[in-house]
Amino acid sequence: MTWVNAVVQGLLLGGQYALLACGLSLVFGVMRIVNLAHGALAVTAAYLTLWLSQRTSLPLVVCLVASVLVFAGVGYLLQRGLLNRALRGGELAPLLVTFGLAVIVVNLLQEIATANSRSISIGGLATSSTRIVDGLSIGVFSLLTLVVAVALIGLIQLFLSRTAVGRAMRATSDDPGAARLMGIDDRHMYGLATAIAVGSVAAAGAFLGMSTQFTPGYGDLVLIFAFEAVIIGGLGSLWGTLLGGLVLGVAQTVGAQVEPAYGILFGHVVFLAVLALKPSGLMPRTVTA
Amino acid sequence: MSAAKEAPHAVVRRGGRSSVAGAAVMVAAVVVLAVWVPYNVSLGGLTQLVGLFSLIILATTWNLLAGYGGLVSIGQQAFIGAGGYGVIYLADAVGLPLVIALLLAAVVAGLLAFVTSFLVFRLVGGYFAIGTWVLAEGFKLLTTQVDALGGGSGLSLQAFSGTDRVTRIATVYWLGLALAVIVVVATYVLMRSPVGLGLTAIRDDVKAASSLGVHVRRWQRFVYVAASAGAGLAGALIAVNALRVSPDSIYSVNYSAFMIFIVVIGGLGTIEGPIIGAVVFFVLQQQLSSYGTWYLVALGALAVVVVLFAPTGVWGLLTRGRLEMFPLGHRVEVDRPAAAGGGRAGRRSATRA
Amino acid sequence: MPLLELDGVDAAYGELRALWGLDLRVEEGETLAVVGANGAGKSTLLKTIAGVMHPTAGRVRFDGRDVADVADHRRVALGISLVPEGRRIFRSLTVQENLQVGAYSRRPGPWDLAAVFDAFPLLADRRNRIGAHLSGGEQQATAIGRALMANPRLLLLDEVSLGLAPVVVGDIYRALPTIAAKGTTVLVVEQDLGQALSVADRLQCLLEGRTVLEAPAVELTREQVAAAYFGLEEAP
Ligand SMILES: Nc1ncnc2c1ncn2[C@@H]1O[C@H](COP(=O)(O)OP(=O)(O)OP(=O)(O)O)[C@@H](O)[C@H]1O
Ligand SMILES: [Mg+2]
Repeated sequence: MTWVNAVVQGLLLGGQYALLACGLSLVFGVMRIVNLAHGALAVTAAYLTLWLSQRTSLPLVVCLVASVLVFAGVGYLLQRGLLNRALRGGELAPLLVTFGLAVIVVNLLQEIATANSRSISIGGLATSSTRIVDGLSIGVFSLLTLVVAVALIGLIQLFLSRTAVGRAMRATSDDPGAARLMGIDDRHMYGLATAIAVGSVAAAGAFLGMSTQFTPGYGDLVLIFAFEAVIIGGLGSLWGTLLGGLVLGVAQTVGAQVEPAYGILFGHVVFLAVLALKPSGLMPRTVTA
Repeated sequence: MSAAKEAPHAVVRRGGRSSVAGAAVMVAAVVVLAVWVPYNVSLGGLTQLVGLFSLIILATTWNLLAGYGGLVSIGQQAFIGAGGYGVIYLADAVGLPLVIALLLAAVVAGLLAFVTSFLVFRLVGGYFAIGTWVLAEGFKLLTTQVDALGGGSGLSLQAFSGTDRVTRIATVYWLGLALAVIVVVATYVLMRSPVGLGLTAIRDDVKAASSLGVHVRRWQRFVYVAASAGAGLAGALIAVNALRVSPDSIYSVNYSAFMIFIVVIGGLGTIEGPIIGAVVFFVLQQQLSSYGTWYLVALGALAVVVVLFAPTGVWGLLTRGRLEMFPLGHRVEVDRPAAAGGGRAGRRSATRA
Repeated sequence: MPLLELDGVDAAYGELRALWGLDLRVEEGETLAVVGANGAGKSTLLKTIAGVMHPTAGRVRFDGRDVADVADHRRVALGISLVPEGRRIFRSLTVQENLQVGAYSRRPGPWDLAAVFDAFPLLADRRNRIGAHLSGGEQQATAIGRALMANPRLLLLDEVSLGLAPVVVGDIYRALPTIAAKGTTVLVVEQDLGQALSVADRLQCLLEGRTVLEAPAVELTREQVAAAYFGLEEAP
């Protein structure tokens, strides 16, 4: 039963990774940008949510939604202000710019919020769980995280396939020049994609902050886990990213079951194994645009 | 689409009189560092200068990787760590002379890079970058699991235990200076060799280079191994200078931040840029050290601004491409007419062709 | 007032001049064919009209309005649609999605999915196939359909016959009268003189970025056009 429990807990943990990873996956899918500031943004959002909940008397959900909206706006401006320009500077420029941003953000947080670890209090929700059978119980909050992750990925997927703007975004990703000939402003589309991605990472960061202690430097791990989820799942596929997150979560909890110190290492090993044996990931997109 | 229509117009340039003057300045600087500085700077100052030498090695080799090989790694700390642990293990546990241990540590780092390249080279672009980082994290986690390497607390260097402080610091200082000079000169020689031509072609245009028959992947692997050996060397120097290594500091991603900022600010894809950048970085770090990590915020902002508005870096701004202290004999500049207006569309469609 | 009017337009790629003081006009409802050899500047001309390139001198007027300050993606809303050289289908989108993206600007008019499937029956069966899996002819039909979905007043077609089998070219050209009949003004660029003469009301021939011949199609013989095309003699 301990192993079943490890797998179940891994799936729940995977929900968090999938939530963290879907923005990374989307930005790469649309613009071929790997946003190295992804993790730093997640942690910043956790701080913002924490700050809002402490400074205002608003319910936590409202604080979360507010920071998601703020971050969506930040994402749009980031894309229009910096990244669109970086895209014109060749392949290296977006990487260097987002890496620079990550370092700036982490060190600013360190100066402003200190390196002490924090967490966002969610009261009784943090500990409440439902017992399935002896030795196997499911935390309500981690289940909620998983549900939110699946719902969010489903919504983004619906948006991309069913709405005019979503189709325009995919068209822009295929060929921005041709998209302009259809009356689509590619820079605006990129801005929207980053807004969605950064908004989603803000939600992910807030959920992270509610489930665990975080510090300004925590974004490094977030970026790495999100990245592993994306690669395990296969580039350019959001459902693949969900699967990748779940696989990573299970690898980590099963590894920790073998030996507590091995959790993260096991995740890396599974990632490297996928890279070695199936480099296109478990659910690769069939058409590489 | 149109790239094939017009033959690229190529210009081959060599350094002129100004580069002789430039080289003279460099030689003079090295001589001053070698014979004057050690007798006129405090021991603490010398130890800090060794830090500068390791930054120059790191930046020069990272520039080789990104500026010439087109590979952005944010995981070179894997090899810095391998070099740092390697030198202490080889000197203390195996009992090799320090210089041999140092060089061998670099070789070990290079070998590790060769083996792991078969994994990370399955990733491209930004994912290659994070992949190298995961590799570094893996190295760190593995290191902490090995008792012979001191687990989570690290190792201390014993080889100097019989040596007095002055001799030790002077030895490390000269060693560091020598290594920095060797790495810079070796990179320069490498770039002037036929290898350099292939690399420059890759830097200028990966797709054109591969269509011209340059074995892009092979060169990139070579560069990755060489740059990682250099990172190992720098790591060994850092460990010998600090007399100890610990997993959290030697495998820190901050090293990647340093390397990237130095190279970007100094000038990506030039030999001089990383040296200038390292000096700028070193001075800023010393000056702003009392303000916590604000220097990293400032450097990060500066790097972003440079990437977006002055991609040739400080060196490019200073010289506007006219002066090269290290003239690269095979510098081929391909200029083709810019696709006016159609550039946006052209860029993507060209990558798709 | 002509629908489209170019006055002394110069265009260049960096140092390389591609159009030299070009004049051109297209009346509403007419079909103009522009022909010329490789590198004559035909695609450059269309890109300049669509706003992908900006003229270094001269004026482009659409419906009487100077469009110099209208960006390429805004010209669609004015009623200018370009079917670009090489088709540039969205490869990961299905045929139907490609067409729907074409309607992004939501200009009202006669063209919708049903009308396009009517004009290009081969697309109707392929509506759920993704762009990457289409044949050249299917891609070309999709590209034209996609441009029509914007209900353009002026449709610019760049070498639709390029690389297609003659029977497929025939299928595609058969749709042109339908398009013109719905009131759309068409400017086709072709290397294939026969096709150009068969659909056009008027023909303009370019040579190295300049007009060397311009006349109603009925007044021209193949020989005259061919001579101008290859620059063998000065046009009348
Ligand atoms: N992207 C570009 N960059 C530089 N020069 C270009 C570019 N596109 C076209 N040219 C040049 O501009 C001139 C006109 O080209 P254009 O594509 O307009 O010719 P075209 O008549 O469409 O030829 P084709 O029949 O081959 O399509 C040619 O000399 C061509 O080499
Ligand atoms: Mg053409």
